[in-house]
Amino acid sequence: MIDIQNITKVYNTKNGELTAVDNVSLSIKKGEIYGIIGYSGAGKSTMIRLLNGLEKPSTGSVIVGGQDISKASGAKLREARQKISMIFQHFNLLWSRTVEENIAFPLEIAGVSKTQREKRVEELIELVGLKGRGKAYPSQLSGGQKQRVGIARALANNPEVLLCDEATSALDPETTDSILELLLDINKKIGLTIVLITHEMHVIRKICNRVAVMEEGKVVEQGDVLQVFQNPQAPITKNFVSQASGETQEMQASLEQILANYPAGKIAKLTFAEATTEQPVISQMIKQFDVVVNIVHGKISNTTGGSFGTLFIHIDGEQHEVEKALNFLTKQEIQTEVIEHA
Amino acid sequence: MLNQLFPNVDWGKMLDATYETVYMTAVATVITFILGILIGIVLFLTSDNQLWANKIVHFLTGSLVNIFRSIPFIVLIILLIPFTKFLLGTIRGANAALPALIIGAAPFYARMVLIALREIDKGVIEAARSMGAKTSTIIWKVLIPESLPALISGITVTAVALVGYTAMAGIIGAGGLGNLAFLDGFQRNRTDVTLMATVLILVVVFIIQYIGDFITVKVDKR
Ligand SMILES: Nc1ncnc2c1ncn2[C@@H]1O[C@H](COP(=O)(O)OP(=O)(O)O)[C@@H](O)[C@H]1O
Ligand SMILES: [Mg+2]
Repeated sequence: MIDIQNITKVYNTKNGELTAVDNVSLSIKKGEIYGIIGYSGAGKSTMIRLLNGLEKPSTGSVIVGGQDISKASGAKLREARQKISMIFQHFNLLWSRTVEENIAFPLEIAGVSKTQREKRVEELIELVGLKGRGKAYPSQLSGGQKQRVGIARALANNPEVLLCDEATSALDPETTDSILELLLDINKKIGLTIVLITHEMHVIRKICNRVAVMEEGKVVEQGDVLQVFQNPQAPITKNFVSQASGETQEMQASLEQILANYPAGKIAKLTFAEATTEQPVISQMIKQFDVVVNIVHGKISNTTGGSFGTLFIHIDGEQHEVEKALNFLTKQEIQTEVIEHA
Repeated sequence: MLNQLFPNVDWGKMLDATYETVYMTAVATVITFILGILIGIVLFLTSDNQLWANKIVHFLTGSLVNIFRSIPFIVLIILLIPFTKFLLGTIRGANAALPALIIGAAPFYARMVLIALREIDKGVIEAARSMGAKTSTIIWKVLIPESLPALISGITVTAVALVGYTAMAGIIGAGGLGNLAFLDGFQRNRTDVTLMATVLILVVVFIIQYIGDFITVKVDKR
């Protein structure tokens, strides 16, 4: 559906050239939800704006639905944009228009007749769960409702691709979840391809099939979400994954405390996939080796591709026993990482 | 009673003069509104990072606006005498004031339009572009509606200023309440005529302000 080949975007700023996107290649399949995660300034917005031609790449090409967006212009580009719609962090609704009129806007642009517009708007209001709010103005809506209007507006012309630029970043956690569910629902119902960018791994985990991690304009890691969660490679990805597994600073502090209290032992972080969650590996380990195990923290997370668990344990005993125990865990296809002092 | 307080006022003349003032203000306001929005939109769209970004056009338009905005109105009227004569064949009467009124007010209003357009959330324009909107659609359906309260309050201020301009134009013979106050009131030493003309000018100003404020509130859905 989307084929990005070696794109680079360089901005000319007062302080010289700035490479916002640096030689990125990605391929996004039809009907999938593809996430791009990165910290602020990583180049995510620039990247997504290249997909609908709001920005032109300095080099490289962007093919969406068989059309080279990076070379399209004028009427061709405007027509293509009706099939690649976008939702935004701050919703970007017209305050001068009611909910209905906002949703009708892209239909007016596409030249749809008034009666057809009214019919479509009604369907969309129903779809995003805003029945009865059609005559309200954006200023009378909550953030979550505004984003629902944004989504309805984006779906008006039956797009093939939906681009989401931090679509949930201005919302509270509960509203975020309800918007993510709506997106997932739409993706399933009409097979819409969704590209979303975010700085929250939680969002990726919740609805994405695949993910790319961006840092300083480059994609440093990409793959299936479950695989990236279980086995993150780049340091930045590890950060994001631990953020999503609820490894807070508080926990970091308690790990430090335990490391200090038991200078002899080791703290290990175990990550296990769905299949291994069912085996009593820990009790097997305690039986087989002469070690003492203390559980520090544990959690199971779900992704669209399956679930995985993380467990922090403190393990103490003779050094070679500890080592053998850790080896045993690795053999059980459990990712084992010994945590040192931070 | 009124005739005792204002013994020298010729009510028929006063009514005609009021009509002329309202006429000049109304016509000049309508044309200034259209012209100012046009120039304001050109100024806005040719600024950096906008749809028609063009440094030269922006600079030239901006300079023209600044020059005409800086010329004192009374000087502008005198400078425009040949132009008005050429255009209308006379420099007397209500219509003769219009070129100066419009050329004086349109640049002033264009600046206000530019400020109003800059206040529009950039994201909204970007959203319209992402939907495949043409520039003309963006102008009609985004720029103007989204800045409407500021455009209306701006034209209200401009219309009030125009009432003042018509009075000045009256002094050099354009008709209206200013003309009456000057010729019949001041020059003949009839203070009651000057006073009545002033009261009527104030009434016109208050009505404009009231209507302007009413519409501004009405269109603002933020
Ligand atoms: N129009 C622009 N002109 C100059 N620099 C820009 C422009 N847009 C973005 N940048 C720069 O490009 C980098 C990436 O920005 P952005 O894509 O917005 O990152 P993100 O969305 O990941 O926060 C930043 O350093 C930003 O300052
Ligand atoms: Mg961004």
